[in-house]
Amino acid sequence: MSKRMTMKEAMGRFVRDGDTVVMEGFTHLIPFAAGHELIRQRRKNLTLVRLTPDLLFDQMIAAACARKVIFSWAGNPGVGPLYAFRQAVERGEPIPLEIEEYSHFGMVLRLQAGAANLPFLPTRTFGGSDLPRVNPRIKQVTCPYTGEELWCVPALRPDVAIVHAQRADEDGNTQVWGLVGVHKEAAFASERVVVVVEEIVPRELIRRDPNRTLLPGFRVDAVVEEPFGAHPSYVQGYYDRDNEFYVRWDEISREPAGLDRYLEEWVYGLSGRQEYRNRMRATYERLRARSVPCEPVNYGF
Amino acid sequence: MKNGFSTNEIMITTAARMLRDAEVVFVGIGIPNVAVNLARRTRCPNLVLIYESGAIGARPERLPVSIGDPALVTGALGVCSMPEVFQYYLQRGFIDVGFLGAAQIDRFGNLNSTVIGDYTRPKVRLPGSGGACEIALLARRVLIVMNHRRRAFPERVDFVTSPGYLGGGDERERQRLPGAGPEAVITDLGVLGFSADTHELVLESLHPGATVEQVQQETGWKLRVAAPLKQTEPPSAEELRVLREELTLPSGAA
Repeated sequence: MSKRMTMKEAMGRFVRDGDTVVMEGFTHLIPFAAGHELIRQRRKNLTLVRLTPDLLFDQMIAAACARKVIFSWAGNPGVGPLYAFRQAVERGEPIPLEIEEYSHFGMVLRLQAGAANLPFLPTRTFGGSDLPRVNPRIKQVTCPYTGEELWCVPALRPDVAIVHAQRADEDGNTQVWGLVGVHKEAAFASERVVVVVEEIVPRELIRRDPNRTLLPGFRVDAVVEEPFGAHPSYVQGYYDRDNEFYVRWDEISREPAGLDRYLEEWVYGLSGRQEYRNRMRATYERLRARSVPCEPVNYGF
Repeated sequence: MKNGFSTNEIMITTAARMLRDAEVVFVGIGIPNVAVNLARRTRCPNLVLIYESGAIGARPERLPVSIGDPALVTGALGVCSMPEVFQYYLQRGFIDVGFLGAAQIDRFGNLNSTVIGDYTRPKVRLPGSGGACEIALLARRVLIVMNHRRRAFPERVDFVTSPGYLGGGDERERQRLPGAGPEAVITDLGVLGFSADTHELVLESLHPGATVEQVQQETGWKLRVAAPLKQTEPPSAEELRVLREELTLPSGAA
């Protein structure tokens, strides 16, 4: 059954004001096109979940979509701080932002516990750190077998996961390669799942390479085709990360006026990703991935 | 550049020389990223580079801009999910060396990358732990790289993101933290180790041109100095060649 729809329709139907929304992708496959559509639809009071909030959440915070962020590392990698995030945490502007903070390992386990339908998962990290002191959800637990003291984090069960991927068929059977981050955990932990892909491919193509499938279609509510939809992050085999834009963001976002101008020009001022692609044609060409294919494997028996 | 090399370059070569061939290294962003890639291209061809993004045995042909760079995947030994990298590699004990940086380090090697000032009303909100807390606890050897400035070297950090020796002495052991604690701190002025008894920082080596007075000036407590105090070996011509010709960042990177 086809679950294909437009970005506008998918965000409108599956993301509601006040939802907890996980939008993962570790440097790779960050769902910018979906985030921009949520900004355009003026979603409010979202609890946003990502290990690394990145430019995507900086933009959504600047657009006042978020009331809370659950995260583990908030910066512009290799460049500097996230100014909108910092502004909201340090000064409560444009609106106050609540934060709930873990380490990467802690975030990974929260999503894994959610995906496995467990109340919590234990870990050997956190000992001696001040993180449990400022986040009471990080607790200690005694192992019933060895008596060892471990730390643990509670399951995270978001309302929606938005997952960017290379390709899927119309039914939502989704394939990913390159860095997979916590994509699978985010999707299985969440109530609803929206997949955004660079291209929709024939069903047969998915079935010819089942080991590459991250999510089966029955776990997916909507699939949206949006080429260049992860820009300025990257998609392995499709386009490189736009490192120049990440550097430029430092300047754009330093003052609230710069943030507003960016949102006006590149989000509110556009009808959708098609227009963004048209205006970014030269950038798209510059970043296009070269071909480094691997040999096919034999799935025969 | 009065010595023919920059302070960044001597930090990078000093860090690179602390690696042993065939070690499994968890690579962080910034100077460690360059140091590990330099070591692999010079003395340690069998170094295994693991990035928390899930790239296993990466052999990046360009200097990766971030720890999730696509060049880490092309030609890697493997790619795994983040739950696997943190559980099966780091927590299982298969990471020999972890590199860390921070905004602050204190007398006992505790690191702060979370907040300057009070947590709930921060003066400066920093990025946070990322994977640093678990690297500090679960890697076999922990090496720290940061610039030596007085505000970065307070006697106590404002927030312990990644534990070192906590209050010093045997406190880390008493609290039964996994891992041995940090081994060395490489700064732009020299190399510091930790004393066997109190586990406080000790200046062990000075980079060419740096003085003990200068290091003390940039440290927020009365710093112990090893006797004899060594002089850091400057970068070799080959190391500088690799750094300058092969490990420059692509355009657009910071």
